Amino acid sequence: MVPVGLIVAIIIQKGLPAINWQFLIDMPRQGMRAGGIFPAIIGTIYLVTGAIIFALPIGLLTAIYLSEYSKDNLLTRLIKLAIVNLAGVPSVVYGLFGLALFVVFFKFGTSILSGSLTLGIMIIPVIITTSREALESVPQSFREVSLSLGASKWQTIRHIVLPNAIPGILTGTILGLGRAAGETAPILFTVAAFYLPQLPSSIFDQAMALPYHLYVISTQVPNVDEKIRYGTAFVLLALVLFMNLVAIIIRYKFRKKKKW
Amino acid sequence: MVIKFNIENLNIWFGSIHALKQVSVGVQANEILSIIGPSNSGKTTFLRMLNRLNDLSQNFKMNGSVKLEQEDIRNIDTELLRKKVGMVFALPLPLPLSIFDNVAYGVRMHDRKNKKILGEIVEASLKEAYLWEEVKDRLNESAFKLSGGQQQRLCIARTLAIEPEVILFDEPCSGLDPISTAKVEDAMVKLKQKYTIVLVTNNVKQAARVGDRTAFFLNGELIELDKTDKMFTAPLDKRTDGYIRGKFG
Repeated sequence: MVPVGLIVAIIIQKGLPAINWQFLIDMPRQGMRAGGIFPAIIGTIYLVTGAIIFALPIGLLTAIYLSEYSKDNLLTRLIKLAIVNLAGVPSVVYGLFGLALFVVFFKFGTSILSGSLTLGIMIIPVIITTSREALESVPQSFREVSLSLGASKWQTIRHIVLPNAIPGILTGTILGLGRAAGETAPILFTVAAFYLPQLPSSIFDQAMALPYHLYVISTQVPNVDEKIRYGTAFVLLALVLFMNLVAIIIRYKFRKKKKW
Repeated sequence: MVIKFNIENLNIWFGSIHALKQVSVGVQANEILSIIGPSNSGKTTFLRMLNRLNDLSQNFKMNGSVKLEQEDIRNIDTELLRKKVGMVFALPLPLPLSIFDNVAYGVRMHDRKNKKILGEIVEASLKEAYLWEEVKDRLNESAFKLSGGQQQRLCIARTLAIEPEVILFDEPCSGLDPISTAKVEDAMVKLKQKYTIVLVTNNVKQAARVGDRTAFFLNGELIELDKTDKMFTAPLDKRTDGYIRGKFG
C-alpha cells in the first residue's frame, strides 16, 4: 500500500502543475521538449478502441461457447487452461507476435491496425475469463425455467443469461481496456511513432501513444522538462485509474441490485 | 379414458447410478396423478423425463419409451414438447424480470403477439392462478418483490400462459406456508378440468387431498399405482402402507 500511495502521490505532486488545457490539446514541439501530448492521447484512444472492437466480440463469443455449449471433456479443459495461461504471457511476447503476424506477414506495416490487433489479442484472455465467470454465475435454475417454458437454447442465452451477465462482462472488458491503455511493449514494434506531431489520418498510419511517449521523453530525449514527463505520467495514470474506477462502480452497483 | 402420456419400461441412468428401473405408467387426460416416495426414489427424475429436462444433465442415459399421445417424445421437437408440457418447480423461481414479463416470457419466445393480445393472455393466466387481484396494480414491479406463495402462483401463471396440455408440478409447495399451500392446491384442482397434471410431492397428505390416482416410487421402482382412495385405505404392498403411515422415508 505505502509504495503504491507514494508513487501516486509523487506523480500527482509533480505532474499536476503541468496539466492545463494547452498541455492536453497541443502538439509536441521542439523535439518534444515543449508543447503538449495531444497526438499521444488520441493515439492511445484509437488503439484502445480498435483493440476492443476486435477483442470484445471474439472474447464474448468464446466465453459463451465455453460456458453454454461446450461439453466438459479433456479438450475443453485444455482450452480453458490455455486461456488462463495466455493471460499470464509477458506483454513483450505479444508485441513480437504482433510484429511477426500483423506487421510482417499480413503486411499491415507499423500501423494503428497492427497495434490494435496486437493489444486486442493481449486482452482477449482477460475478456474470456471474466465473461465466462459472469455467465457461469447466472444460476442454472434460470436456464431450466426458460427452457421448460419452451424457449430455445439461444433464446435462453439471449434473454436470460446475457442480460444478467452483462455487468460482469463489462467489468472485465474495462479492466482489459485499462491494461491495453497502459502497455508499452505490444505497441513498441507494431504502431508506436517516436515523434509524430500530427494526427493519424487512417488506420494504416503510425501513431504516438501515451505509454511509449512517456518512455521516449523519459529516456531517449535529453533535457526534457521534468514537468512534461510527470505530466504525461499523470495523464496516463489518470486514464488507467479512471477505467478501473468505472469497472469498480459497475460491479458495486450490480452487487447492490442483484436480486437472487 | 384418454391416455396422455404412456411410459413403458423406462430405465434412466446418470452415469453409473440407475435412477429409474423398468417404470411403466399411463397418465390419463384430465387427472391429477400424484407421485409420492422418499427422497432419491426417482420421482423428480420421472417428472423431468416428461419434458426432457433430464437431457441437460451430463451422463444422462435412458431406454424404454415415453409417448405423448402415441408419439415418442424423442421425435417431438424439444421446444414444442416443452410448450405442450409445462413445469412448475420446487422452489418459486421467478425470472429476474417484472411480473408481467415473467408471465409473458414463454409466449414471447414462441411467437410475436401484439401488446393487446399479450396483455389479455397475461391477465387470463394470472386469474387462472388466482394471483390477478393481488398484482393487477403492480405488474411492472420486479417479481422478486412478491411473497413466496405469490411467486409460486406467478410461476403457475407463467406456465399456464403458454397453454400447455400437461402441467408437471415438482413439489410445488415445499417452500410454502399452509395458507399458500391451500391456495396452490385449490388452483391445481380447478386446473385439472383443462389440463392433465402430474404432481410430485413429499407431502403424503397433499397427495391424498388432490390426487385422483397416486403412484408410489421407492429406490427408482414403481411399487404401486392406484386410485388415491384405495391407495390410502387398502394399499396392496406393505412398503406403500409403511410409507403412507410414516414408518419410513
